[in-house]
Amino acid sequence: MSIDSEVLERDLDVAQEAAAPTSPRRKFLFMRNTKALTGLVILGFFTLMAIIGPWIAPYDPDARSKDVLQPPSWDHLFGTTHIGQDVFSQILVGTRGVMVVGFVAGIVATTIGVLIGVTAGYIGGFGDEGLSALSNVFLVIPQLPLIIIIAGQLPSAGGLTVALVIAATGWAWGARVLRAQTLSLRKRDFIEAARANGEKSWRIITAEILPNLTAIIAAGFVGTVGFAVLSQITLSFIGITSVSEWNWGTVLFWAQAQLALQQGAWWWFVPAGLCIALLGMSLTLINFGIDEFVNPRLRSTGLNARKLRKRQIRPRIGFTPVVHEAKEDRS
Amino acid sequence: MSAVPELQRAARPAHDPVLEIKNLSVDYGYDDPTHVLRQVSLNLNRGEVLGLAGESGCGKSTLAYAATRLLPPPGLITGGQVLFTDRDGTQSDILAMNDSDLRASRWQDMAIVFQGAMNSLNPVFRIGRQIADGIQAHKPGISKKEALERAGELLDMVGISADRLRDYPHQLSGGMRQRVMIAMALALDPQVLIMDEPTTALDVVMQRQIVEQIAELRERLGFSVIFITHDVSLLIEIADRIAIMYAGEIVEDASSQDVYRRPRHPYADGLLHSFPPLRGPRRELGGIPGSPPDMSKLPTGCPFRDRCEFAWDACAAITPELTGTAVAGDDPRRTVACLRHTPDLVQAAGFEPKPVPERLALR
Repeated sequence: MSIDSEVLERDLDVAQEAAAPTSPRRKFLFMRNTKALTGLVILGFFTLMAIIGPWIAPYDPDARSKDVLQPPSWDHLFGTTHIGQDVFSQILVGTRGVMVVGFVAGIVATTIGVLIGVTAGYIGGFGDEGLSALSNVFLVIPQLPLIIIIAGQLPSAGGLTVALVIAATGWAWGARVLRAQTLSLRKRDFIEAARANGEKSWRIITAEILPNLTAIIAAGFVGTVGFAVLSQITLSFIGITSVSEWNWGTVLFWAQAQLALQQGAWWWFVPAGLCIALLGMSLTLINFGIDEFVNPRLRSTGLNARKLRKRQIRPRIGFTPVVHEAKEDRS
Repeated sequence: MSAVPELQRAARPAHDPVLEIKNLSVDYGYDDPTHVLRQVSLNLNRGEVLGLAGESGCGKSTLAYAATRLLPPPGLITGGQVLFTDRDGTQSDILAMNDSDLRASRWQDMAIVFQGAMNSLNPVFRIGRQIADGIQAHKPGISKKEALERAGELLDMVGISADRLRDYPHQLSGGMRQRVMIAMALALDPQVLIMDEPTTALDVVMQRQIVEQIAELRERLGFSVIFITHDVSLLIEIADRIAIMYAGEIVEDASSQDVYRRPRHPYADGLLHSFPPLRGPRRELGGIPGSPPDMSKLPTGCPFRDRCEFAWDACAAITPELTGTAVAGDDPRRTVACLRHTPDLVQAAGFEPKPVPERLALR
């Protein structure tokens, strides 16, 4: 089996090399999708900030100063708080908390969801019943209250704990969707053919079914990351988690507690809100990109959306677009 | 199977086109496209059965779906006209229609029976309702009862008793479901019926029944049929005229008896030698050597030349056009795309023209 797949892979490599000279851009197809590229750039920016933010922050986010409630200036890019803390530094330092929680929760929840969903869908029978019941139970648990209770019970609840709690309550939706899709996939002819060829179950799942689920898994991951980010910010905003650990939610918590809106200190909450919106937007854009990229039929459409618009082509099923571009020299 | 006289039409219909495809070009893919159809022209006369034949992937279905604008993405029509002439003589270009006109014209003017037609029925609705639905959608004034009555008539017409109206699709056999689809296609008395390999999934007995049914209905209702199949022997039986396609182009267009007895294009000749004749002297089954060219990198000149035993150096340089034949006494309406039939064109390009080979000049 392993030899076979090795040979196959080598053949594929050869084929790709042979095709390479004709289309050198093939390798970074995903990057040619404008939506995906925009999303990746924004996400990359925030990831970079998460890594280097605490080092490049101009001030200590906790440090008080005499510049109380200053609007944005060159000294304080996003202005200052009621006790003279630098909002820009708070946002920079807080990025790391947001990103870590988002991605840890996303990865953990997606992994659980894939394991349980695909297994339940593929094995069927009692295993399916049991796993479905489990995910149904987790589906009806109200997530935010549970997180509030758990986070409230753990006095030292840091970012990682919150991430794990979010993951533990957020995997069921993905598992359910994946189970349904797996159920439909395992009845398709190509899976039957794989089984008739003698492929092992794990290989059918990993090599035949999982690639077909890529779009759903990716969409679920991106959705969970967004949900985790929002949950964590919500928790910080309502003051459940420790308010001394900086993230965008903590900034909003202080802004709200000190009546920033009433005092007209827009610089206090607008940057954090914009950051949340930008991060959410980048995740959604990546999601669109994945959707268009994973489906080979949509691929060439998604890659050239702008060019197609310029040529006034709107690809639809049932109404083939007509452009008059070909030369019409035959009588 | 190759020559059943009772299905042959006595006289060819006069030149009265109901559908004129002019210079239709189709691409697959938006950047780096593959030109699957290159300026194909084809006429369908009123009341005529036109057969489209050719190997898999030669563009038969693409032509039919492009003419009805049903090509799924990434299909793209890059040029041409598809003129539909209504019974009262008004012409409309299907490629220039807007969505609502196109929607209204579908099924009413042109109906389609799909390749897997048996699976086109919705398993949870009774077949009567499915037929009636379409009738009501196109004729808003009609009552449910009238529509169901009409559906019963239609079923009767295709040889299914009207009391099967309340059956679900799973209660019918494959052949019956196929006939339900044909009944459905005829529901609004269309002028053009496009059938995309309607009998491929059926056994030969059912194939014959359905083909006879179509021939009989055509006689009665006077619609035109575009019949797509790779089964040339079936086409010779049912079609009045056959267009043979190769690599996205029509290479021969002639009456079915002419194609069968007097093929003028080497590819048509090859196709006919790929199945045994039922009558006449025994002959060797030739088949066609090689395989069709890659549509994404088509060579210049004649696309068939690599597989053609009559090819010579001019074939690599000149792209043949669909023109009249060079054999004296041929039907003036038949056309063929082969350089052997266009000595003037060959001469003009500076090559030595060659005569039509004896095998392709049978009388």
